[in-house]
Amino acid sequence: MTTPRSNGVFGSGLAEIGAIGLFLLSVLSAVPRSLRYLRETVRQVYFIGAMSLVIIATCGLFVGMVLGLQLYYVLSKFGGTAALGSVVSLSLYRELGPVVTALLFAGRAGTSITAEIGLMRATDQLSAMEMMAVDPLAYVVTPRFLAGILAMPLLACIFNLMGILGAHVVGVSWLGLDNGTFWSNMTDSVDVWTDVINGVWKSLVFGGVVTLLAAFQGYTTAPTSEGVAYATTRTVVYSAIATLAIDFLMTAFLM
Amino acid sequence: MTQRRSFEIGTGLFILLGFAALGYLATQTTSLANYRQGPTYALKARFTNIGQLKLRAPVKVAGVRIGSVQTIELEPDRLEALVTLAIDKRFSQLPDDSAAAVFTSGLLGDQYVALQPGGSPEMFKDGDEVVLTQSSMQLEELIGKYLVGGNSPGKNEKDDAKASGTN
Repeated sequence: MTTPRSNGVFGSGLAEIGAIGLFLLSVLSAVPRSLRYLRETVRQVYFIGAMSLVIIATCGLFVGMVLGLQLYYVLSKFGGTAALGSVVSLSLYRELGPVVTALLFAGRAGTSITAEIGLMRATDQLSAMEMMAVDPLAYVVTPRFLAGILAMPLLACIFNLMGILGAHVVGVSWLGLDNGTFWSNMTDSVDVWTDVINGVWKSLVFGGVVTLLAAFQGYTTAPTSEGVAYATTRTVVYSAIATLAIDFLMTAFLM
Repeated sequence: MTQRRSFEIGTGLFILLGFAALGYLATQTTSLANYRQGPTYALKARFTNIGQLKLRAPVKVAGVRIGSVQTIELEPDRLEALVTLAIDKRFSQLPDDSAAAVFTSGLLGDQYVALQPGGSPEMFKDGDEVVLTQSSMQLEELIGKYLVGGNSPGKNEKDDAKASGTN
């Protein structure tokens, strides 16, 4: 696992999935050892969580505004504009919040994790750590993994909140929907456990998957500038595919 | 040192903000927000059929929410649904001949209990029963009545007479 791949060409997809599975096991087994480096985890929560706040909040606001406009247009055909609040909030909590946040997170935080760890691999810093009896899994990978699992649900919640705000601005302030109708329809149709908490579970899993894939790509990159570039690209591609595939599975199970 | 402090403060703010967002979403935009009512008093109502009425469904007067459904039980001896309504104490001016009906909000919405105020000078007190009730309209029942009624109008009238006789 500590030996880097010799080049960018990887074998079969099955071998790749197997390698990621083994990587997950070694990361999980490194969790108790990484508790010594708690400060590093906090630093990573700042870098991949707090620093992603602006892009997540901005995108959440615009996604909510677009949802508000589109759904108002569609619902007005059926005379059902009163349902705008509940439709926007349900689509945000159940789907868009976790998924779009995960895709943005892969682009903003995942790539930086891959590039950072890949560069550590390329400049032999990981080997140097091993030489100094510092476990790179426990010091480099696991703090990022834990920080991703913690940061992602919080980012998704902020995304949802901004989305509701955006839909409220468009629906109530611009299109003249009644404020009370907007909120009361929402509170009547949204359930805490089946909607809000299921979304949190989803984003928790997405956070783990995206950071794991990003760290794996960086950790096993070919130690060249080209290798790091390929690894960064693969992080985004794999994260997007994995997020949407796992989203389908989780939706099927959590329904 | 200052840089370390700044990322610690940033991390703390981020976590606080995230949990505040989660708390807001969970309590203000979901059915939990409807728990936010002050002291309540209980009213009972018997229905022969409550349809899809659920716990915590709203109780409305003139379309405005004044309380929620607290319990739904089946009375073993009368085989009727006994629904307890928790009404906000602020709305204590409900005449005791008010009628309760199970309605559906919109074409596809959830069901709720609507109270139609009567004209009695006496007001409901805690634990009173709403005597005048109207059960939920069952679409299948209406269609069935329409079909049967269309074929033999006399039979339908007889059924109605029988039903009112037993009541």
